[in-house]
Amino acid sequence: MIELGKYAGTVLAAYGISAVLLVGLVWHSVAANARARRDLERQEGDG
Amino acid sequence: MSIWEYANPVKFMRASGAILPWAVAGAVACTLGGVAWGFLTPDDYRQGATVKIVFLHVPAAMMAINIWVMMLAASLIWLIRRHHVSALAARAAAPIGAVMTLIALATGAIWGQPMWGTWWEWDPRLTSFLILFLFYAGYIALWSAIEDPDSAADLTGVLCLVGSVFALLSRYAVLFWNQGLHQGASLSVAPGERMSAVYRYPLYLSMLGFLLLFLALLLIRTRTEIRRRRLAALIARETRP
Repeated sequence: MIELGKYAGTVLAAYGISAVLLVGLVWHSVAANARARRDLERQEGDG
Repeated sequence: MSIWEYANPVKFMRASGAILPWAVAGAVACTLGGVAWGFLTPDDYRQGATVKIVFLHVPAAMMAINIWVMMLAASLIWLIRRHHVSALAARAAAPIGAVMTLIALATGAIWGQPMWGTWWEWDPRLTSFLILFLFYAGYIALWSAIEDPDSAADLTGVLCLVGSVFALLSRYAVLFWNQGLHQGASLSVAPGERMSAVYRYPLYLSMLGFLLLFLALLLIRTRTEIRRRRLAALIARETRP
């Protein structure tokens, strides 16, 4: 077990906020790419 | 073969599609490996467990500055050679840079509270980083505000040139302003200032991870922009009288 002592809240807050921001960025990037690919395929299929 | 071949969207999509799985695998392995390794390092004799924040803060700050430099290079290519892929790559990079700047600011504030006794100080490096974040926000907003993509690329390219002053300032502020709380370079090679190997190697791995994460996200987001541009062109062709 990792002992963070009196700075546990500080360290976990830094890691937590960074994880949320990075996961959000990755999710947004992948979701937008999937949506753009789907929309383009639909348009090319119609054409 | 020339690098300018990849200014062709079809060639860029083919090449980036081949690189992407490797970039994603490298990004996941190095980022998780570097950050986890950093989390397991022993406490520093002065900073205690807060030293573990450096494995997020330093790579994020490094990428915040370098992404703007990459956007500057891509914007210059657009302004000089009018290659659309470079303008789209600059647009794709901006949200990644904004998030990296936000992580650097947030982790710095969280670390600063117990170590400096304050969340925020109007220190040259901190202030120039905040301005850099505002430039990222303005750059993203400007792209969204202008309908004509070529005009948007021109104006955001000029904004990128202006913002480069703050990107460089945030990198070198601690060198030419002696006042302020922020310490010098974390990876100094000067005798007596060099970080211990216990912290240095996980930090190198984490920095490599953030670099590969940026590469993977940049490829994904640039491919998204190219697909959106193609879709807009198809719709415009269809609706043309």
